[in-house]
Amino acid sequence: MPATIEDKLFLDRFKVDETSHLRIIDGKVCMEKCLEQPCLYICPANVYKLEYDRISVGYEGCLECGSCRIGCPHLNIDWRFPTGGFGIRHKFG
Amino acid sequence: MKESFEAAIVGAGPAGISAAYKLADQGVSTIVFERGEFPGAKNISGGVLYGRDLERIIPDFDNRKCPVERNIVESRIWYLNKDGGYSLSYRDTVFQDNRRYNVFTVGRAKFDRWYADQAAQKGALIVCGTVVTDLLRDKNGKVTGVRTDRPDGDIKADVVLLADGINSPLAAKTGFRPEPSPKHVALAVKEVIELPEKVIEERFNVDNQNGVTIEILGGVTCGMNGVAAIYTNRKSLSLCIGANLADFSANKIKPYDMMETFKEHPMVAPLIDGGKPVEYMAHWLAEGGYDHIPKLCGDGYLIAGDSAMLFNTLHREGSNLAMISGSLAAEAILEARKNKDYSKQSLNGYVKRLQNSFILKDLKKYRRFNTFLQEHKEIFTTLPEVFSFAAREMLTVNGVPKKEKQKIIWRNLRKNCSLAALLRLFWNALRSV
Repeated sequence: MPATIEDKLFLDRFKVDETSHLRIIDGKVCMEKCLEQPCLYICPANVYKLEYDRISVGYEGCLECGSCRIGCPHLNIDWRFPTGGFGIRHKFG
Repeated sequence: MKESFEAAIVGAGPAGISAAYKLADQGVSTIVFERGEFPGAKNISGGVLYGRDLERIIPDFDNRKCPVERNIVESRIWYLNKDGGYSLSYRDTVFQDNRRYNVFTVGRAKFDRWYADQAAQKGALIVCGTVVTDLLRDKNGKVTGVRTDRPDGDIKADVVLLADGINSPLAAKTGFRPEPSPKHVALAVKEVIELPEKVIEERFNVDNQNGVTIEILGGVTCGMNGVAAIYTNRKSLSLCIGANLADFSANKIKPYDMMETFKEHPMVAPLIDGGKPVEYMAHWLAEGGYDHIPKLCGDGYLIAGDSAMLFNTLHREGSNLAMISGSLAAEAILEARKNKDYSKQSLNGYVKRLQNSFILKDLKKYRRFNTFLQEHKEIFTTLPEVFSFAAREMLTVNGVPKKEKQKIIWRNLRKNCSLAALLRLFWNALRSV
């Protein structure tokens, strides 16, 4: 059976920061203006999920690639690196 | 901590560490900032490195317990459709003997940590767990240091080397390198799959600590401009697959689903059978090529490695370009230091060195290559199927005369691809390499 993204992220080590390093700047843009919502597809960690009336941000599993930041057609994601020492920690790399 | 250094380096990857090693060796007070818990904690590559380039910085790396996974003696290229595909490979004992470590595999978490240790032994100060959030500048705009996310985290420096990788919010914020457009980066995911050493050696037909690389093109990237790879490590395989980020958006394909499909491919599945996935990661590859390299230096700063978009897609060279560009940056800094002048003009020796090196010569040679792939999607869609049809026909022994088979193949080719499109493909391919 193919592994799910949850299975894959379970293999990784994260030191999770208390606050999110990813923030949707204006939620209305996602729900009213953004037809494509590519963040739901391109994110390799499935950080962005479509909820009933918004897109949720599961920053805890972020692989820190930056794709959502430049892939958002409305540049609606405020993106910074997790605080020094936090976030993913590669075992093999 | 001291608050002022001669050189401050952002990022303890191959570019930053190569520069730090050279600078510290010449007695330059050097500080390196790394956002990970240790150097390598955030770093990833497909996993191959090039010994001759590493030797230019550390000639005796082999005697210094460099964490090599496997010495590569065979390179394979696969062109796949969904049921199988073509395989071309080259193996040579020369890579086992006197050209050992021409190419070798590494895990970057271990390698970068080891590499940073070598620079630290030369006297470079490596500060981990610290994000550089901004650059300090004087009223004329000359870079005078870095701002970090530590309390009282401003550090003054005569010169700053930006070596913080392809995903650099810092470069974008400071304007030293514009944000890449989605069509100028590829998003790749990697999975490390553990297997017993003996099993790997049997499956790849190698013995003690030798290994194989496989580069894969064709139908595995769901019709997108992309590439996959399988590299042998000592006790694991690295599986990588990626595609142009704009293609991912347009096709609504999830990178992890593409990885799972790749693992089920009939040529891949037997190699990883019984293996245990142990890590999953993601990273960008710079695909803008020569025409998207930013300004490489300015007043008080230089840019090296992935931050400068130095990546050769066709020859999968990146980490080595980072190492050499980092070390050339260090040479330019040493030259500027003699004159106590870190202006753009004084640091320009870096650009000249890069132009005279294989780095910019190669990137210039292949400047059309990324556009070529992007404009010829048939390489990833119809051609793998058409070529496989041809092989399947010719290899099937069923009483049909070969001349008749050739006609069938030709008709199938013409049905899927116009003659003009084929000619354009070959012409553009020749021009791009």
